[in-house]
Amino acid sequence: MDISQYKIENEPFYDAQSNEVELYEAAYSARLPVMVKGPTGCGKSRFVEHMAWKLGKPIITVSCNEDITASDLVGRYLLDANGTRWVDGPLTLAARYGAICYLDEIVEARQDTMVVIHALTDHRRELSLDKKGELIKAHPDFQLVISYNPGYQSLMKDLKQSTKQRFCALDFDYATAEKESHILQQEGKVDAETATKLVKIGEAARNLKGHGLDEGISTRLMVYAATLINQGIAPVEACKMALVRPITDDADIRETLDNAIEMIIG
Amino acid sequence: MNEAMFAEYQEKFTCKFPKAVELFPDLLNDAVSKLSPQGVEAYLEGANFLCKIGQGVEPVLVYMEVMPDIAAHFGQGTNKMIADYGYQLARSPNKKALIPFLSTLGHVCRRIDKIEDLELYLQIIDEYVDKTQTVIHGHHSVHESPGMVALLESMPQLISKLCLKGIQNFIHYGASNYANSPNDQIAYFKLESHDAKSIITRERQGTTFKDVARHLEMLKDCMWDCDLPFQTFATAFDQLRKPVPYLDETIIAVPDVYENENGISGLNRYRATLAHMMAHQRWSTKLMADNFAPHIQLFISVFEDSRVEYLAIQKYPGLKALFLSLHPYPEKGACNDKEFSCLRYRATRLSRALLDENFDSENPLIEEFRQKFHAVMSEKGEDSTTRDMAELGSLFYVKSRKQSSDSMPKMFFDDTEVSYRDDNRFIWFHYEEYDEPDEIMPNEYEPEEKIIEDPNSLPPRHYDEWDYISESYRPDWATVYERLHPSADAGYIDYLMAKHDNLAKRLKKMIEALKPQNKKRIRFQEEGDELDLDIAIRSIIDFKSGQVPDPRINTSHTTDSRNIAVMLLVDTSQSLNERNPDTGQTLLELSQEALAITAWTVDQLGDKFSIAGFSSDTRHEVRYQHIKGYSENYCDEVKARISAMEASYSTRMGAAMRHAAHYLDAQQAEKKLMLVLTDGEPADIDVKDPQMLIEDTRKAVEELKGQGIYSYCITLDPDADEYVETIFDNHYTVIDHVDKLPEQLPQVFMKLTQ
Ligand SMILES: Nc1ncnc2c1ncn2[C@@H]1O[C@H](COP(=O)(O)OP(=O)(O)OP(=O)(O)O)[C@@H](O)[C@H]1O
Ligand SMILES: [Mg+2]
Repeated sequence: MDISQYKIENEPFYDAQSNEVELYEAAYSARLPVMVKGPTGCGKSRFVEHMAWKLGKPIITVSCNEDITASDLVGRYLLDANGTRWVDGPLTLAARYGAICYLDEIVEARQDTMVVIHALTDHRRELSLDKKGELIKAHPDFQLVISYNPGYQSLMKDLKQSTKQRFCALDFDYATAEKESHILQQEGKVDAETATKLVKIGEAARNLKGHGLDEGISTRLMVYAATLINQGIAPVEACKMALVRPITDDADIRETLDNAIEMIIG
Repeated sequence: MNEAMFAEYQEKFTCKFPKAVELFPDLLNDAVSKLSPQGVEAYLEGANFLCKIGQGVEPVLVYMEVMPDIAAHFGQGTNKMIADYGYQLARSPNKKALIPFLSTLGHVCRRIDKIEDLELYLQIIDEYVDKTQTVIHGHHSVHESPGMVALLESMPQLISKLCLKGIQNFIHYGASNYANSPNDQIAYFKLESHDAKSIITRERQGTTFKDVARHLEMLKDCMWDCDLPFQTFATAFDQLRKPVPYLDETIIAVPDVYENENGISGLNRYRATLAHMMAHQRWSTKLMADNFAPHIQLFISVFEDSRVEYLAIQKYPGLKALFLSLHPYPEKGACNDKEFSCLRYRATRLSRALLDENFDSENPLIEEFRQKFHAVMSEKGEDSTTRDMAELGSLFYVKSRKQSSDSMPKMFFDDTEVSYRDDNRFIWFHYEEYDEPDEIMPNEYEPEEKIIEDPNSLPPRHYDEWDYISESYRPDWATVYERLHPSADAGYIDYLMAKHDNLAKRLKKMIEALKPQNKKRIRFQEEGDELDLDIAIRSIIDFKSGQVPDPRINTSHTTDSRNIAVMLLVDTSQSLNERNPDTGQTLLELSQEALAITAWTVDQLGDKFSIAGFSSDTRHEVRYQHIKGYSENYCDEVKARISAMEASYSTRMGAAMRHAAHYLDAQQAEKKLMLVLTDGEPADIDVKDPQMLIEDTRKAVEELKGQGIYSYCITLDPDADEYVETIFDNHYTVIDHVDKLPEQLPQVFMKLTQ
């Protein structure tokens, strides 16, 4: 098994929001599990990638969803010519060979699934493969990182306290106007003026949060809009396509945002 | 007109009433100047005819005064047409309407264009008469139409607001809804009743605030992050002083309707008005009004309006085109300062110049101040102040003052009103304000609603009500006041729960069965989370024996998910105080128990859930009490509210359901359910016809269905079947033994949501 295929070669661009880079480094050097919290598309995944690159460690990412089960994380038996064969899951791989394991959108997974990480995230740092009858001691480089969007909290979807309380947490939010504009210039390759306007649209939409919108427009969508503009699409069109249509089916909200866009772009 | 001609016409005028003879020369002069010779003859024939119908001189004179203009526009045939119509009126029970008819005809004709429209107008009046004059059987006599005079007297107002089709609808509504109450009918046609105003608003062309309220509400949040509420004022009834939008510390006041202006839609006018006021709200500070003469205030206002718009445009460049399209463009030289005071004209030209860089003011002073203004703005930007504008305004006025003109008594008004701007009360404060605040706020701005001074209440909302007899909605008929339900001891609810311990245990089992965490095993999966040993072994055997093995050797689990939003609407009318003679419990107490248990059940299930109580005391006061919101957990506060429930007043169910529906509508859920818990039929003390509110509620259920909301009724009235089926079709449960309610309500709920 060559774990180095999970290493990140080129520096992923990341514009720090505050001192999260130092905080993460400290957590990693003590191998503390980390939870990154924040709304969708605010740069959580990008940050973790960036840190893996910075620390020179391989990273294995798992996007969680409702159907993910413990065996998707740990591993399972498959059938081959000689009968059944055990295949390590991503969590096992990371623990065995020493990678950062990043469980993205962890609330999406059912609560009982998450119990498998418990022994890995306390002083034991071990993972038991019940079906295989093996107990893995985690590699010294191994670290578990999860991401979590508190906005989604509902009665049905929340982390158990016993899960939450195994992590130290970094709180993210959409970057400040100035930073966000810088990100758009870097990632979407648009000029400063366009970037600033896009940021303003984002701000306008975030004001509607709770008044019909569950979440505001993410940095990710703004990067999309910038990219479309960079492709030569008229800005108003690009914004409607990337910023409005994806986030709402409500006609009034759509009309409101469309109008705000027209007013901002001018 | 020479004397011979005059003599000839005089001879043809056979009417000998002294007053008519006296005024004849003037009237004739006017007619001759507007009509052809044949036209004049037709005109005189009409007058002669009216002279003989036995109604005295008055109709003749009014006819002679209005007809020249009308006949000039619509053709000489109208002389006979109107005279004949007048005769017909004079012979009818409505003869009192003759003068009002003739004297308002000029107003009407100025608003219409074709002869067909004039014919339609007469036909509309006839329709009204047909509908309303009462025939007393056996007496062969007919009584007058009660609202006829009022209607015709209101015609100038109506025609200035509505097209003929709109007037026809307006009349139709009044005639059918007040067929049996002449006084109400008269009030309606005098435009005094609330309904008259609502109907006019409904029939008006243009955009009503109601239509775009949600959009504007969101625009305000999203572009301006402002949480002041809107309030509308009526525009249809102020002829003399048109009310203007305004902003103060507590509300944003906008007109109830905006018609199109310069090809700009009503919606865009609202947007412009909102943007302008929001700009004040963000960037304006206050000036002491007493420090500036009124004329100077005018110019300060212009500079300040321009400043906040400049900043708004900087933030939202798209606003510029919008403002420009609505801002008047006073032409050069339009105001003659020998005749008029050109104060406002000058102010508006200045304002245009500050907004529009392509506007050529051709006036060195305006140019000078345009530069000064832009210098301040580009230097200071958002740091510029209302004070800066006070300086510019004062200076401009002093330099531009022309004693001769500004003090002329007649003010030049054409093209000087910037319709999207507010009255700027926001930037002025008055020294006297501390003693007599009432003086400052003119009465015309008094909101129509009575405001309930309760921090827990929301502004009232109006809902249409269905009138099954006329098969139309009565617009804005019911007023719903929403407030937070008072609280009592939450412990009482825990006590009730403890009492139903056994029931809770049984329910718990049912809940487990419904819970989404409940897993189902699916076998025969190629990929799954567990190896299905039986199948796997079979596959291996197949494989070893040279056959193609079945690769589907895993099992997996799925969960069946629920995505339901529920609204539980509880009747809290007086009748719930009735006591069950056997158990001594009131229906209200039973409802409380049932609510407590149901709330607990739904909470366990994790569905989106809210509770409200309702009662009513006439259509003017439908009370809607918030008990639990979607975002609240079933916590002690909610329990405390349930425990404080009290029963009083009546049951205006339709309005309450419509109000509750607007919350349910805002929920994101696959299924939306409105459970209505009640003990009797919809009724209220101001409605005599028992079918009326039943039919309205039926209509409400239909509307809700259209919004994807499923309504279901749980009734405690054992005799409910007839009406409850009319309303809810078969979506209802009658609880025969009311003491079973606590048990049945949660079960009904679970059955519905399985
Ligand atoms: N601080 C940042 N520096 C650089 N790029 C950023 C930053 N924040 C956001 N981005 C941009 O936003 C995009 C979305 O970020 P990312 O995928 O990390 O979001 P996320 O928070 O993980 O969202 P989700 O919760 O939906 O997974 C990135 O691809 C990147 O283009
Ligand atoms: Mg992510």
